[in-house]
Amino acid sequence: MSQHVLSLLVEDKPGILTRVAALFARRGFNIESLAVGTTEVEGVSRITAVVSLDGQPLEQVTKQLNKLINVLKVVELEQDASIARDHMLIKVKTDAATRSQVLEAVTLFRARVVDVVSDSVVIEVTGDSAKCKAFLKVLEPFGIKELVQSGAIAISRGSKSMSEKVLR
Amino acid sequence: MATETLTGAQAIIRSLEMLGVDTIFGLPGGAILPTYDPLMDSKKIRHILVRHEQGAGHAAEGYAAASGKLGVCIATSGPGATNLVTPIMDAMMDSVPLLAITGQVNSHAIGTDAFQEADIVGITMPITKHSFLVTDASQIPATMAAAYELATTGRPGPVLVDVAKDAQNKKFEFSWPPKVELPGYKPVTDPHGKQVQAAAEMILASHKPIFYVGGGVIRAEAHAELARLVELVGAPVTTTLMARGAFPDSHPNHLGMPGMHGTVPAVTALQKADLLITLGARFDDRVTGDVKSFAPGAKVIHVDIDPAEIGKIRHADVPIVGDAKVVIAMLTAELEKQLSGKKPDFASWWQFLNGLKERYPLGYVDTDDGKLSPQLVIKRIGELSGPDATYCAGVGQHQMWAAQFIKYERPNSWLNSGGAGTMGYSVPAAMGAKVAEPDRLVWAIDGDGCFQMTNQELATCAINNIPIKVAIINNSSLGMVRQWQTLFYDKRYSNTDLHTGTDTVMIPDFVKLAEAYGCLAIRVEKEDEIDAAIKLAIETNDRPVVIDFIVGRDAMVWPMVPAGVSNDAVQYARDAAPIWDGEE
Repeated sequence: MSQHVLSLLVEDKPGILTRVAALFARRGFNIESLAVGTTEVEGVSRITAVVSLDGQPLEQVTKQLNKLINVLKVVELEQDASIARDHMLIKVKTDAATRSQVLEAVTLFRARVVDVVSDSVVIEVTGDSAKCKAFLKVLEPFGIKELVQSGAIAISRGSKSMSEKVLR
Repeated sequence: MATETLTGAQAIIRSLEMLGVDTIFGLPGGAILPTYDPLMDSKKIRHILVRHEQGAGHAAEGYAAASGKLGVCIATSGPGATNLVTPIMDAMMDSVPLLAITGQVNSHAIGTDAFQEADIVGITMPITKHSFLVTDASQIPATMAAAYELATTGRPGPVLVDVAKDAQNKKFEFSWPPKVELPGYKPVTDPHGKQVQAAAEMILASHKPIFYVGGGVIRAEAHAELARLVELVGAPVTTTLMARGAFPDSHPNHLGMPGMHGTVPAVTALQKADLLITLGARFDDRVTGDVKSFAPGAKVIHVDIDPAEIGKIRHADVPIVGDAKVVIAMLTAELEKQLSGKKPDFASWWQFLNGLKERYPLGYVDTDDGKLSPQLVIKRIGELSGPDATYCAGVGQHQMWAAQFIKYERPNSWLNSGGAGTMGYSVPAAMGAKVAEPDRLVWAIDGDGCFQMTNQELATCAINNIPIKVAIINNSSLGMVRQWQTLFYDKRYSNTDLHTGTDTVMIPDFVKLAEAYGCLAIRVEKEDEIDAAIKLAIETNDRPVVIDFIVGRDAMVWPMVPAGVSNDAVQYARDAAPIWDGEE
């Protein structure tokens, strides 16, 4: 299995997410995560898709995506030339005895506590997927009551913009 | 720009007129009623009322495939729209330019499970090139123009436009031409010059090249360019099921059809070739058999307008994205330059191939139940009708025999459901082809199974003066399935008996059925009746003709490569593998 981060600029039209997701499903490409949002250009959305491929060439995925009429551009963001971030909210069990250890981990991972009650805290953490995984491993012994995670979003390093050549 | 106040419904009809559409096939219902009203007044558009929406879809496909123009079908919401799903999928698989217009419930009712509501845009997403839902009348002209452009350019395909009923009723200021914005759609038609140069060099360096020609050459109308290229290079040609007619069968370089039921020379040539010059073909599994062992010694030049086809199944050593007509012309010019008057020498390759052609011509053995040989019937239809006729087939044994035993000399003379394998395609497609080219002789060569799926369109043909000829190759069974049961399921004929033969209960009696539909109906059981029946059919043009040819049910399609195995295992006839001498 090889993992790739794809960034798609798409027209903000009804059904575009379905078209992209359904294409992955019907062509047998596995999506690890998917994140969608607006961009600096009105009417254009950006989809970051992390795909796992089992033998198939990535080229097939990008070519098929490019065939979707509402897809404007597809690029692969290679790990060393881009920044990828996941976002997590984690509800962790705490009591008087464990709270300080949890807070220490929060500091070490440059995470933030965003809610505190007597028996739990909600922690917000941002980072690449390796950091997020490592953080979860540290928190696990205290008891993770609830976990919610965004798909990865990613951007290229340097001054070039993905939308530069595509639009108007 | 001058505008005119129109309803959305009037705008749909006006847009179609402006786009040059002269024929549409459809059936009205609640959600499309507004559009049927101005349709009645159109002087430019002929609407043909079908008996089932699937018939409208295949008729529009037949119209498109015969003429090279856009085919248009129209249906109401819900079941009307879902009945178009099969032809839409069929058009997707075979790259047919098709516009499907469907009515949708009122926009405020969408999502409420309203009467006859179906999310047809969602349903057809995977089987259209693109689809639109229109809920605002003012969007109709631009959407219709965009749909036309998408369906007919690049790799052609089906486009669906679903229009809410209130959008059809609302008035707005219509103007033409509208501004079409498709920023994500940029089909590449002109190839990369360096790639063409590389392809030419590869051809001249090869010893055993073959032109592997697919349906893209027909859609691109590149047959004349192909003929020039073949003359120049002198390599053998094989035309796939979708490309029959792209290159004349009478040409000595033509080896016939490749694939599961291809000729021994074509199948073998691909296996032994050192170069595949692939033009608008897509390495379908029915051509390649087991992909890993397909053409094992060959390099590949792959020309296609759809970049996603290149490298999808087989690695391309020289990939060329572009329109086949443009690429072939450029490749010919490049080869002329590189050859500078010389002629490539493929003499030893031809010696091998000519040996195969001589030893393994297409043939058949007579049936042993005294019934007609289906191959003979089909052969005679082709011989008596000639290459100017158009031949449509359903799917199954009769389709393969029609692909094998009729000689095609011109593009668009052979219409069939290749990728989808849609039983029931033939009669409505023939209807569409006859409407597109009324002066042509149009045959529907159909099976007794296929015919029973869409024969209601005979009523449409009879009433609208569309005199198609239908040849039912009646073996009283689902013949191709039965063939597989014979070969691979120990002759256990599970659910393949249709009881339409003369020695059965004959339900239905096709002659009575055809007569009920206002057709001239003929039954042929003896060999000496074949020609007279075909001639009578050709001469009869005041109504459709149906000939019920009673054929032997044990006739099989040969040659055959069993599914999933190497093409090296091609069988010329049952248990008869061709013998390949060492020399190649």
